[in-house]
Amino acid sequence: MIKLIGVLIIVIGFIMKFDTIAVVLVAGVITGLVGGLGFVEILTVIGEAFIKTRYMSLFLLTLPVIGILERSGLRERAADLIRSMKSVTTGKVLTTYHGIREVAAALSLRLGGHVQFIRPLVNPMAYGAAEKNFKDIDEETEDEIKGYAAASENLGNFFGQNVFVAAGGVLLIVGTLGELGVEVTPLAVSKASIPIAIFAFVYGAIQNYFLDRRIAKKLSQKNSGTTAAEVK
Amino acid sequence: MKALLLEIFYVLAGLVSIITAIHALRDEKHPHRNETALFWFLFGAIFIIGKYIPAALVGAMLLLMGVLTAMKRVTFGSLANAADEVRQQSADRMKNKIFVPALTIGVVAFFVAQVFKSLGGLVGLGFGAVAATVIAMVMTKEKPKQFGYDGSRLLLQVGSASILPQLLAALGSLFAAAGVGEVISGGIAGVLSEGNILGGVIAYCVGMALFTMIMGNAFAAFAVITAGIGMPFVYAAGANPAIAGALALTAGYCGTLMTPMAANFNVVPAALLETKNKYRVIISQVPIALALLVTHIVLMYVWAF
Repeated sequence: MIKLIGVLIIVIGFIMKFDTIAVVLVAGVITGLVGGLGFVEILTVIGEAFIKTRYMSLFLLTLPVIGILERSGLRERAADLIRSMKSVTTGKVLTTYHGIREVAAALSLRLGGHVQFIRPLVNPMAYGAAEKNFKDIDEETEDEIKGYAAASENLGNFFGQNVFVAAGGVLLIVGTLGELGVEVTPLAVSKASIPIAIFAFVYGAIQNYFLDRRIAKKLSQKNSGTTAAEVK
Repeated sequence: MKALLLEIFYVLAGLVSIITAIHALRDEKHPHRNETALFWFLFGAIFIIGKYIPAALVGAMLLLMGVLTAMKRVTFGSLANAADEVRQQSADRMKNKIFVPALTIGVVAFFVAQVFKSLGGLVGLGFGAVAATVIAMVMTKEKPKQFGYDGSRLLLQVGSASILPQLLAALGSLFAAAGVGEVISGGIAGVLSEGNILGGVIAYCVGMALFTMIMGNAFAAFAVITAGIGMPFVYAAGANPAIAGALALTAGYCGTLMTPMAANFNVVPAALLETKNKYRVIISQVPIALALLVTHIVLMYVWAF
């Protein structure tokens, strides 16, 4: 049982919000010591594993070009594109963003973010769509739209990223399994990540569809134009 | 061939880190520039010469880096992006062309992995990054020096967290050396018999989600739960490791969607959007997270075996 002390240190350290790197190192060293390894032996295991897993940090090679593209307006252009999409309902705005975010993540484009996109762009657009179609939007509905806007960012980000062959998560899977004696290739892991990416998108679209339905039921229409037929 | 190419890319990655160290050192407004520079210099050195020095020395360098981050001495500083108007003007000028270099990385990586199977996706990522850099250099006409500056800016922004995946893999191998997996699986074996595949799959997926909820970090949970539950009850039972591994990590992400511990994703955005209920984001995500978790279990059970 004492060998589980490393797990305990990680759980407590993360909950207490101590420095993540330090927590992991302390947990590792103490686990090694109670497991009967000598200090130099522990350093050797850590060092060897770190050298062997250098491929996990190959994303460093992409930083200069991404940095230059950000300087040249990469985010601004993406924002322009999203702003120009023609979605008539709240749910469709969110589903469209979810789709774009997920495909971008699968191509290793980190083009999302709550700060960069949800607050300044996606949430106002989703709320704007509701405002266009309905009158007197209550606080609860406004809050709900905010929640689903943030959710579309998280869902697209989480379940799209591992489709990229050299994503951090993919390399973590390859590296951790490798350390435990199971060999897999990054390509196989990234391909195996495709089905759940599709499920996540479909579930998100369904959730947003029901959001539209709920809003339409709760609020009264502004006018009986085409949008009313859309959301029925 | 593959090993040689990868080694070259490791040296280049190490150089990015060392250039970052130099920019941190020259940043006069940086409150801890010496310590921050030391951190990135050590990281770069491990990449370039780590293979040729005793592994214990690499371990010691990592502990020193851990001390620096524990003392909060590895921070961002004052490297600046271009002004808002300048970026908007440039975006208006370049239009969708600006996506070309960024997409090059992913496309080249996938192409190399698919066509030159012996080289693999990692070598592909290296080539993709180099190709993207060249294309961006031609398109933006920025000087190579500016590339070094902006790469350093991003690495300083990501900060010490960028070494976390590698450290977690190292933790996994220490757990393996100390026999932690046997202890956890011994505990679970009381409840679950080996060879009960469905039970193992459920324990692995739900374990990932729960542990991620407690720790707020699916990467850390993956190292622990894979050693303890995944190995004896899923992989040893003959699961396809690529499928089971991919699904286990995203099962952890289902946990991320449901926990305030993942503050960056769930709590900070709620504050940013000024929601009335501070758990609004989590409330919106719980139904879909649970549906996805069940989907993970079904997929792993049906598809990995």
